Amino acid sequence: MENSSYSLLSSEADSQRTLYPYVTGTSVIGIKYKDGILMVADMGGSYGSTLRYKSVERMKPVGKHSLIGASGEISDFQEILRYLDELTLNDSMWDDGNSLGPKEVHNYLTRVMYNRRNKFNPLWNSLVLGGVKNGQKYLGTVNMIGVHYEDNHVATGFGNHLARPILRDEWHENLSFEDGVKLLEKCMRVLLYRDRSAVNKLQIAKITDEGVTISQPYSLKTFWNFSAFQNPTVGAEGSW
Amino acid sequence: MTKEHANWSPYDNNGGTCVAIAGADYCVVAADTRMSSGYNILTRDYSKITQLADKCAMASSGFQADVRALQKHLEARHLIYQHQHNKQMSTPAMAQLLSNTLYYKRFFPYYAFNVLGGLDGEGKGCVFTYDAVGSYERVGYSSQGSGSTLIMPFLDNQLKSPSPLLLPAKDAVTPLSESEALDLVKTCFASATERDIYTGDKLEIVVLNAKGTRREYMELRKD
Repeated sequence: MENSSYSLLSSEADSQRTLYPYVTGTSVIGIKYKDGILMVADMGGSYGSTLRYKSVERMKPVGKHSLIGASGEISDFQEILRYLDELTLNDSMWDDGNSLGPKEVHNYLTRVMYNRRNKFNPLWNSLVLGGVKNGQKYLGTVNMIGVHYEDNHVATGFGNHLARPILRDEWHENLSFEDGVKLLEKCMRVLLYRDRSAVNKLQIAKITDEGVTISQPYSLKTFWNFSAFQNPTVGAEGSW
Repeated sequence: MTKEHANWSPYDNNGGTCVAIAGADYCVVAADTRMSSGYNILTRDYSKITQLADKCAMASSGFQADVRALQKHLEARHLIYQHQHNKQMSTPAMAQLLSNTLYYKRFFPYYAFNVLGGLDGEGKGCVFTYDAVGSYERVGYSSQGSGSTLIMPFLDNQLKSPSPLLLPAKDAVTPLSESEALDLVKTCFASATERDIYTGDKLEIVVLNAKGTRREYMELRKD
């Protein structure tokens, strides 16, 4: 991401700021489709190079109209969910018939992430926020230093490198649900092959005007039977 | 004992180029809509221009989160000004406010490179150009951002900038017509897009004149 000309010198006085992430989730991908938003994330929580947790739900509904997906530090994501709980609670306590839409939630998250960055104590996440309100689709993202934008398709982490190019080529307006799922699965398969922190257990979420549904976990079919992997040492006897 | 750090920087450069040109009775403020990070394009359709007042628009490139925070700050301050003075802020007033806002964070700067454009009290075009910590100057035209080094010399050549050392001071406001200035801006960006990897996708142009504000778009190369 950013190159460093800043190192956060730690001393007794500031032992309270995030220096590096511990348990992390990898890519989240989101796309707009005909009826709303589709978002996908695997269920892995890595502890450095160990795939420590394999049932981490990295996507959660927010209020009635939105869904948040997170990559990066899982504990910071849990903290963000607590902030969002408070936000949605206060919103519903007004009891005025209004409810926070995805644009508002994204803006709130952007401000939270930016303000933490200003204090040199970031929430170590890249977030995807998608939703539909009154027929209006919204898909946005914000990362740990507060950089944010909306688009027809967004991704975090490795997804930016591997999935976005596929989406730039194959995404179009008014994708059907089936086509959208196929497209996301294609992206996730590439990530599964090429991102070492990816796990083959994923959830797909759908947000439409009717509400949010997150699928049960499932896995993708992969193919490893390439002839080049058969008898790999045939050209170098004695090798292993 | 020094721990190993993940080496986090609070800044990023999201790229992009901004240009503004002042005319006798108009002002053109333009910026590309590409947002990048390193060698990645994050999105091709992000506006760097915000209209701060009726007759005042600002284009900013650099670190997007800081740019957005700066825009919101100025928009909020303008609202307060309107409540207190029952009128819009003039462009020179906004220019001073922007400078002060930037300098306020002199020791943790807004990584934002701004050009402010608009109509002054007499309806004449004015452009103000800034660095990241608020040093500013009224000029007839300016460019900031990743493509500025490519565009600025071209503008100097085309707009025949008078020497700032002349006495009495000669105005650099261009005698070009609005459409000629627009063509010039489009040429600038088409050229900068060729050689600057952070500039491209789409050009957004905001034109301020006595009739109001107008927005125009032009496609740029996407590679």
